[in-house]
Amino acid sequence: MSVNETAQTQATGFSPVAASLKNASVRFGSFTAIENLSLDIEEGAFYTILGPSGCGKSTMLRLVSDLIPAASGDVRIFGKTTEEARIAREFAFVFQDSTLLPWRTALANVELPLEMGRKRGVKIPLSDKSPMELLELVGLKGRENALPHELSGGMRQRVAIARALVCKPKLLLMDEPFGALDEMTRDHLNLQLLQIWKETGVTILFVTHSIPEAVFLGQKVLMLQAHPGRLKEIVDIDLPHPRQIKLRDTAPFTRYTAHLRELLETC
Amino acid sequence: MTMVEKADLAEPNETELAAKIDAEQVRMERRRKIEAFLIPMTTVVSLLLIWQFGVRYFEVPMYIAPAPSDVGAALIKQFPLLLTNFWPTFYESVLGFFVGNLAAVCIAVAFVHNKTVQKAFFPIAVFINTIPILAVAPILILILGPGLSAKIVIVSLICFFPTLVNMVRGLQAVSPQALELARILSATKSEIFWKMRLPSSLPFLFSALKIAATTSVIGAIVGEWVGADVGLGALILDSSFNFRAALLYATVFMSSGLSVILFASVTIAERLIVRWHT
Repeated sequence: MSVNETAQTQATGFSPVAASLKNASVRFGSFTAIENLSLDIEEGAFYTILGPSGCGKSTMLRLVSDLIPAASGDVRIFGKTTEEARIAREFAFVFQDSTLLPWRTALANVELPLEMGRKRGVKIPLSDKSPMELLELVGLKGRENALPHELSGGMRQRVAIARALVCKPKLLLMDEPFGALDEMTRDHLNLQLLQIWKETGVTILFVTHSIPEAVFLGQKVLMLQAHPGRLKEIVDIDLPHPRQIKLRDTAPFTRYTAHLRELLETC
Repeated sequence: MTMVEKADLAEPNETELAAKIDAEQVRMERRRKIEAFLIPMTTVVSLLLIWQFGVRYFEVPMYIAPAPSDVGAALIKQFPLLLTNFWPTFYESVLGFFVGNLAAVCIAVAFVHNKTVQKAFFPIAVFINTIPILAVAPILILILGPGLSAKIVIVSLICFFPTLVNMVRGLQAVSPQALELARILSATKSEIFWKMRLPSSLPFLFSALKIAATTSVIGAIVGEWVGADVGLGALILDSSFNFRAALLYATVFMSSGLSVILFASVTIAERLIVRWHT
């Protein structure tokens, strides 16, 4: 209950809410993946989601993105139902695997969201940046005609991020997008993502397995708990922006990671 | 200072070295290509020579085994006859190839979009595939007569099954995450089909088409054996009954040439269309 109360007191603040979950539960048959999750996501904030495996991190993103229905409770995105929000292209999703279409060039992959969904009533919102400019934003200028197999894993994931931004979403859902990358590439993309977040003002929900990544990226870390999946704690990360990689070696940073590791062990 | 001088000295040397390495690589590549061509060619030529001299040395009668030179002579002398019999087989193979594969692709699309249809008809498709083509051919000739249509049906039957199986797999080869992406983009079924399923099935389709390219010629020849007076199959029967061995060998050569042409066409089409790796 105390968790729900803290979440609710947050909602009384004045910052507008990007997504709100009220007593939301997700069940697969008799298995409860998420139970009574109540939470408000503030607009423009960068949330990272941590938790042991099986705690419903990915399920939570899929609940918010209308891929999985709620068994009970209510999920709203900018006041709309998840379906309305999907049709309005309020959110975009970046998967762990870049899920680029291998026969399309980088540029054509970024353009994919512009070609789909009209028949289902989607009025495709245009980003103020063209697909080409988005590729430039993620540092892939000059590679727009490359096919995915000609790009490295990190580059492919950057194309996927550009694709997610092409409809100017207000909420960006990221499911361990850098999980499969080596540490150097991951660091580089972390910095780039923070920069994109600053530039676009998009709200980000970022699932990760890595405690340092969660602290480095997030303004708030949502710690989930397993069996059944529920919210354990929201940890505010009070570290200054813009953040640099060397921040990871400072005492305040390691205090946060130590605290989160302890929390994770008690989950 | 010395460092700078050294660096200055080192640079032309390095570029020279790089150029040498490049030249070496080009030479190696060229040699590899020549070897890849020359080694099999040498084998073929030696085998032909052994055949030629073996036949002459042991004085094998021509109606049992002609020498390569006899086959070559027949190929040139009888070329008009071979060509008049080549075209019917060509048309049967190509038309049957298109009909059979088109049917397989359409049925695969139906299977993927409707599981009930798949459950109802897949066992029938398997059953048809288990009947030896040589056994069905007479039935089809009885029903459709000795003309072109019976052969087209035989060829399409023989092409059908591998393409059906591969195409179903190809259309289902879209990753679950790609389908989630499509859902988030509110894509319709037809958008998913045209923009995801169909392109992702193309590598699967082409590997099936390569099989079909060669089996279609087998189907056409089988059809002609059962009932035809023109075509390479009919010519094979005719020349073997009349002990015209050189002509028989030349006809076999033409048949395999037809397979090669069809196979090469499919391979070229694949190179032009499937430019990606998965």
